[in-house]
Amino acid sequence: MTSVVFYFQVHQPYRLRRYSFFDIGVHDKYFDDVENARIVRRVAEKCYQPMNDLLLQQIERHQGKFRCAFSVSGTALSQMEEYAPDALESFRRLARTGCVEFLGETSHHSLAFLGDYEEFDAQVLDQAARVERLFGARPTTFRNTELVVSNDVAKRAEGLGFSAILGEGADHLLGWRSPHRVYRPESCERLKILLRSYKLSDDIAFRFSNRGWSEWPLRSERFAEWVDGLPSEDSLVGLFMDYETFGEHQWRETGIFDFMEHLPGALLRNGRVRFETPSQVIRSQDAVARLDVPYPVSWADAERDLTAWLGNQMQRAAHDALYALLPSVRLAAKAGRGDILEHWRKLSTSDHVYYMCTKWFADGDVHKYFSPYASPHDAFITFMNVLDDLARRALAAAPAASVETPVDPVAPAALLQRARAEKELL
Amino acid sequence: MLGWEFPPHISGGLGTACFGLTQGLSRAGVEVLFVVPRAYGDEDTRHVRILGANQVPVHGLDMEPRLRESLETRLLPGVERVLVEERRRRLRTLVSECAPATAGAAVEPADENGELIELLRTIAIDSSLLPYQDDEAYVQRLRLLESAGVSAARQDVDQLRWQSREAVETLARTLREAPSLEQIAAQVEDLRRNLTGGRTLHFSGAYGSDLMGEVARFALAVGEAAKREQFDVIHAHDWMTYPAGIVASRLTGKPLVAHMHACEYDRSGEHINVRIRDMEQMGFDGARRIICVSHYTAKMLRTRYRVDRAKLRVVHNAVTHKEQVAVVHAEKAIPEPIVLFLGRVTFQKGPDYFLEAAARVIKIEPNVKFVISGSGDMLPKMIERAARLGLARHVHFTGFLRGTDVERMYALADIYVMPSVSEPFGISPLEAMALDVPVIVSRQSGVSEVLTNALKVDFWDVQEMANKILALLCYPALREQLSSEGRQEVRRLRWEERARSVIQVYEEALR
Repeated sequence: MTSVVFYFQVHQPYRLRRYSFFDIGVHDKYFDDVENARIVRRVAEKCYQPMNDLLLQQIERHQGKFRCAFSVSGTALSQMEEYAPDALESFRRLARTGCVEFLGETSHHSLAFLGDYEEFDAQVLDQAARVERLFGARPTTFRNTELVVSNDVAKRAEGLGFSAILGEGADHLLGWRSPHRVYRPESCERLKILLRSYKLSDDIAFRFSNRGWSEWPLRSERFAEWVDGLPSEDSLVGLFMDYETFGEHQWRETGIFDFMEHLPGALLRNGRVRFETPSQVIRSQDAVARLDVPYPVSWADAERDLTAWLGNQMQRAAHDALYALLPSVRLAAKAGRGDILEHWRKLSTSDHVYYMCTKWFADGDVHKYFSPYASPHDAFITFMNVLDDLARRALAAAPAASVETPVDPVAPAALLQRARAEKELL
Repeated sequence: MLGWEFPPHISGGLGTACFGLTQGLSRAGVEVLFVVPRAYGDEDTRHVRILGANQVPVHGLDMEPRLRESLETRLLPGVERVLVEERRRRLRTLVSECAPATAGAAVEPADENGELIELLRTIAIDSSLLPYQDDEAYVQRLRLLESAGVSAARQDVDQLRWQSREAVETLARTLREAPSLEQIAAQVEDLRRNLTGGRTLHFSGAYGSDLMGEVARFALAVGEAAKREQFDVIHAHDWMTYPAGIVASRLTGKPLVAHMHACEYDRSGEHINVRIRDMEQMGFDGARRIICVSHYTAKMLRTRYRVDRAKLRVVHNAVTHKEQVAVVHAEKAIPEPIVLFLGRVTFQKGPDYFLEAAARVIKIEPNVKFVISGSGDMLPKMIERAARLGLARHVHFTGFLRGTDVERMYALADIYVMPSVSEPFGISPLEAMALDVPVIVSRQSGVSEVLTNALKVDFWDVQEMANKILALLCYPALREQLSSEGRQEVRRLRWEERARSVIQVYEEALR
């Protein structure tokens, strides 16, 4: 019996508005409310609503034999609450069927794990509480932002009470081993890792509408044959993808909805396949071996590493500056300015550094497609300007004198001095 | 190829592009007969030893006697030897420049008697034209030539202008109305007599006494040369050579490919010189294909000159090896960061937008120096404007920079801004990038189409320009990113690549 695990990622960042140097110190309207509302409503209409309806029908038609999992980032939840409450309601309807599991992640789809453990824990616990409140069950499976996994991440997730983590079935991680088994990360005692079957996942998420692909047009029967044809030892097929695959990346006209409507039936037909949620797999399957993940692996780009977010100097500088600001933001929050912390968290969303990516060739196209900016440099400039303003506000709310370790605000004057010092060194 | 030489003290521009392109074409095996206007006696050429062996003495055009004497007695005997030496030198430069990039590939070392020597030949036509002169600048240059010992027409300028303008109009009409080849030849002959013969004795000087007259005279000289040479395609660079290209094309039946580097609307905005515009239109109409240096320019030709899209091809400029690996170290004597504008101080280059942005930057960060290098008709106005904006302490004017001073200025700069109002290509940002200087370029430029490691801004959006200058000043990671990636990017822009596209255009023109 092969367990097919569908997991869909739902995420929307708070995109920044054009924030110039001349806005610093003038206003803190960092986010482009109009654009964010427009995008969230569009995606809700083209993807969330029709696809949720489709999945609900499948659950009813197959009387609970079709199951799947979602992770919905906190920033997506908040924006749905504000701009598309009907879409949020339809997710809750799915939750009530009992066939859909909602996973845990960081509340702000952040890279907090790479920046600050304390912040990471806080965001994960916030999100867990919110998922429980909205969807009726506390998450037991964790998925880190962009499926970033390492021994350390797994250990941290285990410590926070999770019993499973999702990861990328990357070749360089697995070597000769199959992604279609359950493993246990080297660093963990109980926690199991479920891997993404990247080939089968990408057949749906990326290649489905590619007319140059030898398998185009892909039909659900054909896909079911591939799953049926896997070796009998393959006990798990992780089909993990962005939810926007349906109706956004692959338009309705490509036939993606028809494909998904017929896929559950096609897979269940032979009786060799069952649908399970991650927590069901954890209960039904033991880990077959240990898996060592010494350095972070993600699901992005060809490299499956962190270079999409921290690959160039701008990205690293922005990430460092963001986390250097955290102590002073915390003080501001303690002084009653929770709004400053919330602003900071919205800036911690990984998309902001993703927009600064300069890997132009091959992967660059994907980055461009997702970016609201004309160039990665514009993304950097806007982000740094906003951060500068936030630094000033945090400092004003909780003056630096009360900070034990001196905070390095990213004030322009300070940076300019540093720039000059560097220049003199040269 | 009807091109322009590489004058020693003009940054960027037409000559540089012609030089790079002919190199690229020679590398690709295309034989180039490079025809250039050159004024003897001018300071530019006093040290240039190359002189076409087949120097074209145009029949009927009287050369200034002293010049003729010096040509015949002093220069010509040495010409052959000098020419061969020059070719060898060029070949060596060519091979050494190409070698590093094609490491691993078999590059034949410079065989002094090898085939490549024959691929690039230069014919100098005696003419005082310089690219992008206007009437006034042309007359000034004539005076300069006179003081250097070359006498030009010394007659009543107004009268001459009228006469030569008439000559040009006749020429333009002749070419436009497309009679038979024989008729054209006859008309050209008439015209030449008209220009040089008894009635207009004023033209006995070496050069036309006004710009249009000289353009026509140059066209006739090129026509003479064309009749004697073997070639397949005529390739003409910008309007001053278009009449020459059309004459050569009419006389030989070979197709004309016009290359558009900058059109009259780029230089002058809406206040165009109608005669120049007409010359351009004449070139576009007479050319089988038109090479534009950017999509920006191609669009300009479609909308302003109603050129058929099917004729237009875009081939971006590239960078010669020397520019790609420029190494200049300049000691900086002041601690303040320097933001540089370098180029002609004219409407086209947008120096006023640079000043407006400077004013906004200074309000936030007074410890910055803005430098305007170059001269031009807007310079006095810019100095006044800077004073009025309260920028006198922050903006410095260096005037026109020559030779290595240009590179030193780039090397001193922390940020280079090209705020051009209309820039068909714009090679100067590439020179800055080769020296690790991060650049901001206007979106109204062709170069912004090929660059990824540059900040881009609409020239009129001075607030955003200031924002980007401040960002570069304040965020070191941005500077480092742009300078390290930018240098790599400039190295990838090679004329050899562009030559391949140009050869394709030739093939289309010959079909």
